[in-house]
Amino acid sequence: MTVHQPVVDTNAKVSDEIRKTTCYMCACRCGIDVHMQDGKVKYIEGNRDHPVNKGVLCAKGSAGIMQHYSPARLKNPMKRVGPRGSGEFEDISWDEAFDIAVGWLKPVREKNPEKLAFFTGRDQSQSMTSWWAQSFGTPNYAAHGGFCSVNMAAAGIYTMGGAFWEFGAPDWDRTKLFMIFGVAEDHDSNPIKTGLSKVKANGGKIIGVNPIRSGYNSIADEWVGITPGTDGLFILSMIHELLKAGKVDVDYLRRYTNLPYLVNTVEGSADNGLFLRDKDDKPQVLDRASGKPVAFDKPGVKADMANGYEVEGITYRPAFLLLAEKYMDGQYAPEMVAERTGITADRIKKIAAQLAHTAFEEEITIDQPWTDWKGEKHDKMIGRPVAFHAMRGISAHSNGFQTCRALHVLQILLGSVECPGGFRFKPPYPKPVSAHPKPHMGVTPGKPLNGPHLGFVRGPEDLLIKEDGTPARIDKAFTWDNPMSSHGMMHMVISNAHAGDPYNIDVLFMYMANMAWNSSMNTSSVMKMLTDKDENGEYIIPKIIYSDAYSSEMVAFADLILPDTTYLERHDCISLLDRPICEAEAVADSIRWPVVEPDRDVRGFQTALIQLGVRLGLPGMVDEDGAAIYEDYADYIQNHERRPGVGPLAGFRGEDKKGKGRGAPNPTQIQDYIDNGGFWIDHIPEDALFFKPWNASYQDWAVERGIFDSIQPYLFDVYSEVVQKFRLAAQGHGAHQPPEHLREQLDNVMDPLPIWYEPFEETLVDKDEYPIHALTQRPMAMYHSWGTQNAWLRQIHGTNPMFVSGEIWAEHGFNEGDWAWVTSTHGKIKVPVVRMDALNGKTIWTWNAIGKRKGAWALDEKAPEANKGFLLNHLIHELLPPKGDGMRWANSDPVTGQAAWFDLRVKIEKAEEGDAIAQPDHPAQKSPVGQGPKDIKYGEDF
Amino acid sequence: MHPAPSVILFTSLSGLGFGLLFFLGFDMPAVTGWVAFAFFFVAYALAVGGLLASTFHLGNPQRAMKAFKQWRSSWLSREGVFAVLALVVMGLYAAALIFLNMRLPLLGIIGSVLSLITVFCTAMIYAQMKTVPRWSQPMTPVLYLLYMVAGGALMAAQIQLAIALLVAVTVVQILHWVFGDTAFGRAGSNIGTATGLGNLGQVRLLESPHSGTNYLLREFAFEVGRKHARKLRGIAVLCIGIIPVILLSLTSEGHLVSFVALALHIIGLFTSRWLFFAEAEHVVGLYYDKHRG
Amino acid sequence: MTTLPASTQKKLGLVIDLDICVGCHACVISCKEWNTSNYGAPLSDMDAYGENPVGTFLNRVHTFEVKSEGKNAQTVHFPKSCLHCEDAPCVTVCPTGASYKRTEDGIVLVNEDDCIGCGLCAWACPYGAREMDAAEGVMKKCTLCVDRIYNENIPEIDREPSCVRTCPAKARHFGDFADPDSAVSIMTAERGGMELMPELMTKPVNRYLPPRPKADISGDIDILAPLLAPVPENTGGFMGWLDAALEKI
Ligand SMILES: Nc1nc2c(c(=O)[nH]1)N[C@H]1C(S)=C(S)[C@@H](COP(=O)(O)OP(=O)(O)OC[C@H]3O[C@@H](n4cnc5c(=O)[nH]c(N)nc54)[C@H](O)[C@@H]3O)O[C@H]1N2
Ligand SMILES: Nc1nc2c(c(=O)[nH]1)N[C@H]1C(S)=C(S)[C@@H](COP(=O)(O)OP(=O)(O)OC[C@H]3O[C@@H](n4cnc5c(=O)[nH]c(N)nc54)[C@H](O)[C@@H]3O)O[C@H]1N2
Ligand code: SF4
Ligand code: SF4
Ligand code: SF4
Ligand code: SF4
Ligand code: SF4
Ligand SMILES: [Mo]
Repeated sequence: MTVHQPVVDTNAKVSDEIRKTTCYMCACRCGIDVHMQDGKVKYIEGNRDHPVNKGVLCAKGSAGIMQHYSPARLKNPMKRVGPRGSGEFEDISWDEAFDIAVGWLKPVREKNPEKLAFFTGRDQSQSMTSWWAQSFGTPNYAAHGGFCSVNMAAAGIYTMGGAFWEFGAPDWDRTKLFMIFGVAEDHDSNPIKTGLSKVKANGGKIIGVNPIRSGYNSIADEWVGITPGTDGLFILSMIHELLKAGKVDVDYLRRYTNLPYLVNTVEGSADNGLFLRDKDDKPQVLDRASGKPVAFDKPGVKADMANGYEVEGITYRPAFLLLAEKYMDGQYAPEMVAERTGITADRIKKIAAQLAHTAFEEEITIDQPWTDWKGEKHDKMIGRPVAFHAMRGISAHSNGFQTCRALHVLQILLGSVECPGGFRFKPPYPKPVSAHPKPHMGVTPGKPLNGPHLGFVRGPEDLLIKEDGTPARIDKAFTWDNPMSSHGMMHMVISNAHAGDPYNIDVLFMYMANMAWNSSMNTSSVMKMLTDKDENGEYIIPKIIYSDAYSSEMVAFADLILPDTTYLERHDCISLLDRPICEAEAVADSIRWPVVEPDRDVRGFQTALIQLGVRLGLPGMVDEDGAAIYEDYADYIQNHERRPGVGPLAGFRGEDKKGKGRGAPNPTQIQDYIDNGGFWIDHIPEDALFFKPWNASYQDWAVERGIFDSIQPYLFDVYSEVVQKFRLAAQGHGAHQPPEHLREQLDNVMDPLPIWYEPFEETLVDKDEYPIHALTQRPMAMYHSWGTQNAWLRQIHGTNPMFVSGEIWAEHGFNEGDWAWVTSTHGKIKVPVVRMDALNGKTIWTWNAIGKRKGAWALDEKAPEANKGFLLNHLIHELLPPKGDGMRWANSDPVTGQAAWFDLRVKIEKAEEGDAIAQPDHPAQKSPVGQGPKDIKYGEDF
Repeated sequence: MHPAPSVILFTSLSGLGFGLLFFLGFDMPAVTGWVAFAFFFVAYALAVGGLLASTFHLGNPQRAMKAFKQWRSSWLSREGVFAVLALVVMGLYAAALIFLNMRLPLLGIIGSVLSLITVFCTAMIYAQMKTVPRWSQPMTPVLYLLYMVAGGALMAAQIQLAIALLVAVTVVQILHWVFGDTAFGRAGSNIGTATGLGNLGQVRLLESPHSGTNYLLREFAFEVGRKHARKLRGIAVLCIGIIPVILLSLTSEGHLVSFVALALHIIGLFTSRWLFFAEAEHVVGLYYDKHRG
Repeated sequence: MTTLPASTQKKLGLVIDLDICVGCHACVISCKEWNTSNYGAPLSDMDAYGENPVGTFLNRVHTFEVKSEGKNAQTVHFPKSCLHCEDAPCVTVCPTGASYKRTEDGIVLVNEDDCIGCGLCAWACPYGAREMDAAEGVMKKCTLCVDRIYNENIPEIDREPSCVRTCPAKARHFGDFADPDSAVSIMTAERGGMELMPELMTKPVNRYLPPRPKADISGDIDILAPLLAPVPENTGGFMGWLDAALEKI
């Protein structure tokens, strides 16, 4: 039969033009090729040349079009006309908006700058927003890191000068055993997926440690369904096994860590636990040849880690011995931790054995000579192809700081950090604590703050406590409650401001944080705090300015709205001063630029912030005559210099545009980035690719690139003297003393070597009554609350069931389609349940942030998200249940203040289906942008 | 499968219409003139009405003419072609009968056979669907044809024949259910073969690809309660055959009785057609864990 | 062409690796995005911001859980689009000839100008690979990105389906199964690439690579155990080992 087929146009034109910019559907910051047709965005695909995603995109990235055209986009500046929370607004002009803002902020700056609390949520321009806040003079600035994953970040930096995610990544090409703890998606979403694929393709093995076997854990070769909150025990138990068998990299530890340092072991002494130092304040190690203490960095010295040293009746022992003694103790034996962790002793041993086997029996070498910071030459690079990654599953617990430390210590003991096949830093990391600023609180009315807000304390003397003993910051960061809260504590701002503790504020200014919804614990109360009035009928939090791009839940609670653009309509820079897009092999940064102009009266927030700064006359933003120095954010990006020659963007600097990291501002820099695909990259030389903290070639290269002004070699702080200083204070030593009620807790948790303790909530609730752990996970195809306005993504995740372990399912006799009441000591929610067997038996979980408030996001009030979807946050309180002493402690890590989202304990009961509406059911907010269209046919025009 | 009213109407009504035509082609009853007109009118109304109803569920009914093209391979196309042929031939036959008072027996028989083939084609649309094991049995065309001729006989007032055919269709209908109930299992598709994961253990859907619904679920994943289905089957059996047969055999013949029997039969037919769709499970349901058989 | 070609010159299709698919839905959205503004009618979304949003998608990802005695339950993410069957029942049922299988490459396509939207092809497809677009009333299905894979306006390296190009985990591969030396054929041979519902004799071209066996709690004998044997006391135990280790370097 002759075949007659229609002719298909297989050569159709794809688009008129490709514009290359950076995705902002999440914080991974992939490069995108935006295909334009007839001036409209037609199709978005990954940029193949981009260092982050190398051409791939995730679901959210491809759905960017729907975000860009979202009906929930704000259209104008607005001022509130109805009561707070109602969503009733009036459109105003930008001039009026600025007038209102200036009218509120000017008096604050002139009298009490601290009465402005400026917190910026999921900010990718922190170097700029913090600069603005510093210039304003308030001490109250931070982004969202404090409730997100500061445990991971701080533990990493305090231990080894960097952590996972944007700080570093596994050497995906060489790793043979990859172990991932507590990750559902993470920020490095695409690179992790590509990396996992590489490990498998190379025949490597993946072990997933997670109570829930979904996503990455479902493809792991081995799944460890650990009981939540017990990873620290599991890790320390593996360390126990490794030490007992002598399977740690002694050479590595001696060269690159502070484990040889001599530690004062005299109990009760004011110097107990501190290092023996010489007159230059250099820590001392015991020289194995002479048996004498010498400075740790003395060339040629071979430190003894096996013997102590006594002088003037004081016994000093190498930190390594303290560590070995601590973890070889029987309490860490696999048999002792098996029940608690839910992992059998055999399994713990087996995994430890696999780690040892891969690290030491499958050692790899690269024939690449290199020179270390002491000048010693090495003819090759030795790799231990074991790599780890972890995120909020271990960090979002009240024992998270120490658990994250434990994991870092494990990888260091194996010698696998910064070696081939192991974990490697991405510039500007590695960066020791000493290279970071300390936090500042020096407020002078009408003047800038005396230094950066956030930083890394080196001891109790760096806390931000005023002379009267009260916290300097509204969030009480850097106080005895959570001394090492390096990212601030955004989650405490609203409740503290509401309580007037430590003081009242006048203006709450927020950007890009849905604090009236999923960014807060105890959501219903937070909504109440935002709307509560005092006896005079005034709002307790008097003024709220908020910048969002969309009609979120938080919008309804603001008095003044500064509408942002979408990510395709504005300039941005993903800067080395902040959180760049570097890879372990290269330094890189990138930009966003308006690939389309906004069709509404909106402005990029950073531009609006600069323009507001100009109207306030903030130093750095206006010249002597009060004229604007920067017209908008783009102008700032190109011309601002942080240090001479060093600015927001590192590429194409100087007149010749060849400057890498250093060089004078280049007036066409943004165009140069655009021409280069939206990013700039510069590769690290071959001999500098590994051992970066100690690699002379890397250090020199980093200085040349403006990452440091002088070389910053350092040793890993496996033993943390900083932490010990807080413990000493708790024990009564030193000039800076904690309040009595905190002494015991600080003494317990401020251990210079990682420890495990039971998550706080568990110690306070009746475990028989609340026997179940309740968790959330990030869905890969949804970004927090803001994915819901996306017509495509919301079809995938329009509701979120509570997944219940087979064990609990059977115990409660649940059936398909059932609803349940889930109750914590704090609240009660009604939710639909679904059975899941690949789940730790004592655990239930749901997808995070799917539930929505009615009326938000331009959705129909009957939207499934607002009726069947729910937030777990209603069950989580920012304070722990009352203790015997009547005090209510924060539900956070006592070291860093990280919110302990995953400590939650609950009970579950079958519920009548009733109206099949999830509870609590909040009344609707009015949508300031109306409701989205009924049916859409995106693509019709092309 | 979703019991779309248009499809239920289409298959039932056009079956009845062609059933009546079938008998008229054989000159049963032997009618001429206006009486013939009335009979043919009813037959055409049902057959054409049914066919029209079938276009209601088309996404692009204006292109319906294109559906005649693929008679070589498509039962739907064949059905269309044969329906037109049958209607044309029968139209000529009827015209002769009504207006010329002339009976052209050969034309009538050809028309009857074409009517039969048309309904056979309709049945084959379903019977060919390996994806719906309940339909994919040789008894499906038998059932459709029996419904056609039983209903036709009733309408054509061929009472004795109708009684026999009603008994036959009732029996075959019951057998069709009985075999249909185990067809899915026998066909050998299960969530294990659908996913290829069967050898790893027991497979269960954990999460649907989307939290709402989609075309497939709407079209294929209709779920009818078992108790409900049993009740409807009872009603269907009583109405299709049992009561009409009793009525027709125990009472003296009369228009009213025939009419009541026919009305009951049609109710039974609709019920059984509804069940034909509603109880049919498509293998795609396996991907959504909808098959509980 | 409602009748199927006796053979096709190429057999283009996808390999989907269930061992590495993390269930991210990237391929789902990328497919939607490409196809809504390219070949044929747009893929509409009805009630897009309402109570019951339902859109047309050509590729969807299911998640299954597999349980067997004595082992941890396992989750498997399972993307599914048209398998471009050799004996495609969706083609032969089509009354209009709108559905056809291309002789040159075996791609099963719908010529939307001819489609009356009867839905029969979707009934005939065992895999749920066809969805009728509610706005246009025409049948939509995976085109294997026929308008990308030969498109000279696209750089050669990108002439592959949108879903394949985007998959962050590299779980999707595109190629010619008629060529035994193609990457997809080799992968299928080496990893035991599966046909879905082979009992229905549709002869799908697309293949699924099964998840590799997982290490599990029970039944594993620990061959590495000796590695962790404590340092023996007769060599001085831990301190002896440490001393020796320090001496060695
Ligand atoms: N139960 C539970 N709750 C959690 C967590 C958890 O694990 N479990 N995780 C917590 C963590 S780590 C985080 S980071 C938070 C995240 O939660 P949120 O910080 O609330 O993040 P989003 O929901 O993304 O909201 C940020 C706001 O930014 C707005 N936005 C989006 N794009 C733009 C833009 O371009 N410009 C502007 N100006 N605004 C924009 C959005 O509309 C939204 O209102 O949730 C926290 N809440
Ligand atoms: N698609 C998408 N990507 C995102 C986001 C998003 O909303 N959507 N949000 C971004 C943000 S702000 C953040 S902070 C990151 C967070 O990235 P992730 O760290 O991946 O965050 P979560 O989804 O909260 O996942 C926490 C994981 O830890 C597990 N877990 C909980 N408790 C424990 C425990 O005690 N032990 C172990 N081992 N595991 C545990 C949970 O099961 C879950 O898998 O993701 C970022 N990336
Ligand atoms: S991971 Fe996805 S959403 Fe995030 S930046 Fe990359 S493509 Fe965009
Ligand atoms: S994009 Fe790849 S990893 Fe993600 S769901 Fe699709 S096939 Fe799986
Ligand atoms: S998968 Fe379905 S639509 Fe695709 S060729 Fe096979 S039968 Fe046809
Ligand atoms: S819906 Fe279109 S493609 Fe499918 S069978 Fe009907 S006419 Fe053919
Ligand atoms: S090949 Fe093209 S049409 Fe088919 S699933 Fe992939 S992206 Fe969609
Ligand atoms: Mo976060």
